[in-house]
Amino acid sequence: MTGGAAARALTVVATGPLVLVQDRGRPGYADVGVSPSGAADRGAFELGARLVGNTDADAAFEVLLGGLAVRAETELTVAVTGAPCPVEVAGRPVGFAAPVHCGAGQVLRLGMAPQGLRSYLTVAGGLDSVRVLGSASTDTLSGLGPAPVEAGDRFVVAPSRQTGAGAVDLAPVAAPASGLVDLEITVGPRADWLDASSSLTGRSWVVGADSDRVGIRLDGPPLAWADHVRGTELASEGIVRGAVQLPPSGRPIIFLADHPTTGGYPVVAVVASACLDRLAQLRPGQSVRLGSGV
Amino acid sequence: MPVTILPYGDRALLLELVAAGVGVDVRAGASAQVSAAIRAAGPRVTAGLVDIVPAERTVLVTTRPGTDLVALRADLLALLSAGEAGPGVDTVAGEARLVTIPVRYDGPDLDDVARHTGLTVAEVTAAHEASHWEVAFCGFVPGFAYLVGGDPRLEVPRRSTPRTVVPAGAVALAGRYSGIYPRPSPGGWQLIGSTSAVLFDPHRESPALLRPGDRVRFVASPT
Repeated sequence: MTGGAAARALTVVATGPLVLVQDRGRPGYADVGVSPSGAADRGAFELGARLVGNTDADAAFEVLLGGLAVRAETELTVAVTGAPCPVEVAGRPVGFAAPVHCGAGQVLRLGMAPQGLRSYLTVAGGLDSVRVLGSASTDTLSGLGPAPVEAGDRFVVAPSRQTGAGAVDLAPVAAPASGLVDLEITVGPRADWLDASSSLTGRSWVVGADSDRVGIRLDGPPLAWADHVRGTELASEGIVRGAVQLPPSGRPIIFLADHPTTGGYPVVAVVASACLDRLAQLRPGQSVRLGSGV
Repeated sequence: MPVTILPYGDRALLLELVAAGVGVDVRAGASAQVSAAIRAAGPRVTAGLVDIVPAERTVLVTTRPGTDLVALRADLLALLSAGEAGPGVDTVAGEARLVTIPVRYDGPDLDDVARHTGLTVAEVTAAHEASHWEVAFCGFVPGFAYLVGGDPRLEVPRRSTPRTVVPAGAVALAGRYSGIYPRPSPGGWQLIGSTSAVLFDPHRESPALLRPGDRVRFVASPT
């Protein structure tokens, strides 16, 4: 672009079910009760950043199930990653997980994602959004960060750092699985709170409809607490992304990016960090199986 | 400070504080001291850490990808067993900040608290004001600090029916804790007063007014 006087910007034309601004989140504040937040599928978010020359500090759109449309007010380079969805610019299909050029005045539209849950629209330069504690992420639990994105919102885009040379053209990535998903778990600090006859593994669970960025609720025959802890209370203790908590209801909860910093129910297992991004792409109704050494 | 270290996935460890003997509870506020000791340790311990989260009787440490948890576990055990005999933990505790909170003792649950405790309302507020509180840990919402070290006569149950909205600045009691609601939120604690202090402001250099390990005094302000 020449001149450089006009601010690079885009305007949101439509959102699907939910569009949030996300970046790497707010690690380091858990001791004062602030959740890490940040992109739910970190790998997909970081891939989008790499494709357009951003860093993980640059904010992008996290799009639930597709449906986002934005009008580029100026020329922009973007990439869509995460849950695969049809992408078009000015009505013409363009590449997924690839840098895409969007001319001034053109509308970029994400169709509905047939599988997976969250897609990322990353704009070269990053979205200029209000930062709270160093991050533009919306924390749906505490309400820190910007409100959900709405049609009519205008975002200024910072100048791109992309040099042009050495950029990735297309990233071959595996799409999130649509059927049964296997998740590797490791032992949690309160594994002994789970009744020995009541196994978390070796069976499938259904992702509950009440799942969100805070956590995934698993439906299935409930698990029981061990006899020696029944009727007792656990003192609240720290929570991590991927912690599998077992409330007295017996329905496990797997925590995601907006998890509370502490919780009072036992964490019986923890999803392996290599599988955390898979969690963020699970759809309500989808089946998952937890296992060690999957 | 003796601790047991429990596994917590491939990027975290959970330190559980061990009571000094049978029938003895972990000292309130001990987890904040352990956190402070870890934070003050050398880079060998802290280089890979992301968050250090004290809770009632545990401290969670989370790490950056690639951190050697086996080595970290050994380093933490060495650090905390050294702190037991040597300077470490206690020295850090001696540097705690003192935060003074102005409070109007005008809470709607003062009469209930008086009934639960067998004290008069004046005795409740006097005991709350005279207590040497300390932030044991934070949680629930950003900036909410669980204060311990209060007059043991102030121990009261939560309300049987939680309120759907507790106003920001409400000063409350539950169990052995006192706390201040940083912003309007649902809550089941007994409300005894209110403060104009801003407990959490993300745009301040130190967003949370109260941090683990801080000492806190309440000072009655005229209504």
